[in-house]
Amino acid sequence: MLIAPYQHPLAFIAPLETELDPPATRATVPQSEARHETPAQPQPVALRLRNVEKRFGDNRVLRGIDLDLEAGQFLAIVGKSGCGKSTLLRLLTGLDTPTDGHIGFLDGDGREMTSNARIVFQEPRLLPWFDAADNVAVGLGPTTSKVVARQLAEAALGDVQLAEKAGEWPSKLSGGQRQRVSLARALVSRPGLLALDEPLGALDALTRISMQKLLSRVWRELGATAVLVTHDVAEAVHLADRVIVLEEGRITLDLPVPQPHPRRHGDPELAKLEGRLLAAILGEA
Amino acid sequence: MTTFETFAGTPKTAIQKRPVRLPSLSRDAVLPYLLPALLVVVWQVGSATGWISDRIMPSPTAVLRAFWETASSGALANDIAVSGARALAGLLVGGSIGFLLGLANGVSKLSEQLTDTTLQMLRTIPHLALIPLVILWFGIGEEAKLFLTSLGVLFPIYLNTYHGVRNVDRDLLEMGRIYGMSGWTLFRKVIFPGALPSIFVGLRYGLGIMWLTLIVSESIAASSGIGHMANNAREFMMTDVVVLALLIYAGLGKLADVVARALERRALAWNPVYQTQKEV
Ligand SMILES: Nc1ncnc2c1ncn2[C@@H]1O[C@H](COP(=O)(O)OP(=O)(O)OP(=O)(O)O)[C@@H](O)[C@H]1O
Ligand SMILES: [Mg+2]
Repeated sequence: MLIAPYQHPLAFIAPLETELDPPATRATVPQSEARHETPAQPQPVALRLRNVEKRFGDNRVLRGIDLDLEAGQFLAIVGKSGCGKSTLLRLLTGLDTPTDGHIGFLDGDGREMTSNARIVFQEPRLLPWFDAADNVAVGLGPTTSKVVARQLAEAALGDVQLAEKAGEWPSKLSGGQRQRVSLARALVSRPGLLALDEPLGALDALTRISMQKLLSRVWRELGATAVLVTHDVAEAVHLADRVIVLEEGRITLDLPVPQPHPRRHGDPELAKLEGRLLAAILGEA
Repeated sequence: MTTFETFAGTPKTAIQKRPVRLPSLSRDAVLPYLLPALLVVVWQVGSATGWISDRIMPSPTAVLRAFWETASSGALANDIAVSGARALAGLLVGGSIGFLLGLANGVSKLSEQLTDTTLQMLRTIPHLALIPLVILWFGIGEEAKLFLTSLGVLFPIYLNTYHGVRNVDRDLLEMGRIYGMSGWTLFRKVIFPGALPSIFVGLRYGLGIMWLTLIVSESIAASSGIGHMANNAREFMMTDVVVLALLIYAGLGKLADVVARALERRALAWNPVYQTQKEV
C-alpha cells in the first residue's frame, strides 16, 4: 500500500479494505414467531486481551492493556476525554486491529471465534431515508430477505418499546427515540457482544435514566456480553458488573460491582463505589 | 395621531365588510398568478389604447390569435413536439453522462484524478461559444443541437452529483460498513440517497440550461421547432408569433420544473424540508 498524503474522503469504502468481519450471519431466516416463543439466545463472547497496544503514528493511545472479560458480563469503561476509551472499544468490536498484542474472542468452551459484535454510537446514525423499521433491518446485514428482515425489525422495535413508530422517518423521532432505534438495530441480529460508545451522552437527564433502565433490561434479556463507554460514573456503576478506569492508555482501576440486577437508583452501596471511582479518576485516591 | 388612528381603523372595517373569506387553499393557488394576470391586463389595455405600438409588442389578443392559427394548422403541435424531443434527448444524453461521471468521480479516486481537472476546465468554456465550430462539424442537423444541449446539461448535473456523493455523511458510511454493507449495497442504501438532494439541484439547474441552449441553437440553426418558428416569424415581421414562441418556451420551462419538483418531493419525502411543505 502506498502512503498517499491525499486521503480521498471515500477511500475507505473501497471493497478490498476489509479488515472487518462480515456481519453476523446468524440472521438466516429465523421464524419470527419461533423467536418469540424460544428466543434464539446469542452466543455470548468472552474477551481476552493480552498486552494490547494501539498507536496512531507516534501517539501511543493504548499501552499494554491486559483484560479478561467473562461471557455475559457487563463492563463499563470510564476515564477522561481522550484517554483511549473509544479506541479500546473499536478494538473490542473488531472494527480496528491492535498495533501490538492479542485480542481473543472466545466462545463458551474457551475456543477462539470470530467476533459477532454490534456497536451503538453516541449519535444514532440512522439513515434518514429509511423508516425506523428499515433502519433496524440494516442491523441484519444485506443477506436477510426483505420480509423476514422487516418482521424481525418490528419485533426488535417492540423490545425497545417503539413498536408504534416502525413506519416513522427518523426526522420525526425525538433524540431518545432515535437512540432506541439505533439500539434496536444493534440488537436485532442478537449479537454476542454489545458495544456501547456513550450511547446516552446526548440525552437529557430524565431520558437518560429511563434509557438506563431499558439498557439494563435489554442486556439481561439478550444475555450478551456488554461493554459500555461512558463519561458518567453513576451510569457505569448502575449498569455494570465491573468498571475499569482508563488513564493515559492504561487500566488504573478495576472495580467489581457485585450488586445484583436490576438495581435501584440511589442505592447507598452504589453511591460508595461511585465515590471511589470518582476519586480514582480525579487522582484523589 | 389622526393618521395613525385612521390607519388603525381601516383594516378593522375592511375585515368586517368582507362578505366571504376565501378558503386558504385556493388563495395559495391564486396568489402566484396574480402578478402575471395583472401584467397581461396592463399589456392588453396598453395595446388597445395605442400606448404600446403593435410593431414593438403585439396585443395579447393578437398573440392568442397567432396561437389559434398555428395550433389549428397543426404546425404548433409539430414544433412543440420537435423541440420537446430535442430537449429530452439532450437531457438524457448530457444528463446521464454528467450523472455517471459525477458518481464515478465521487466514489473512485482514480477516476477523479483522471477526469475532474479536465471537466473543470471544459466547464469554464461557455458552451454557446462553440456554436460556430459545432455548425462546421455537424451542419445544422439534429446532431448540432443534441451536442450543444447535452453539453449544457452535462456540467450542472456532473458538478452536483459529484458534490453530493463526496458530501455523504461519513458517519453513515462508517455505520453502513460496520453493518456489512459494501459495493452496490452501500451505494444503493447510503451513497445514492445521500447524494440525491444535491443531484436534484443539478437536475433543475440543468433543465434551465437545457431550454436556454435549445432556444439559442434552434434560432440559429434549425428548420423546425419553436426556435425556428420564432426566427421565421421575425423575418416576416410577425411579432405575435415571436411572442407566442417566447410564451411557449416559458410554459415548457415551467412544466419541466414542475415535473422535476414533483419527482423531488416524492423521492425526498424523508427530508424534513419536504415534510413541512406538505403539511402547511
Ligand atoms: N483514527 C485516529 N487517527 C489518529 N488518532 C486517533 C484516531 N482515533 C483516535 N485517535 C487519538 O487517540 C486518542 C484517544 O482517542 P479516543 O477517541 O479513544 O478517546 P476517548 O477516550 O474516546 O475520548 P472521548 O471521551 O472524548 O470520546 C486521542 O488522542 C485521539 O487523537
Ligand atoms: Mg470517545
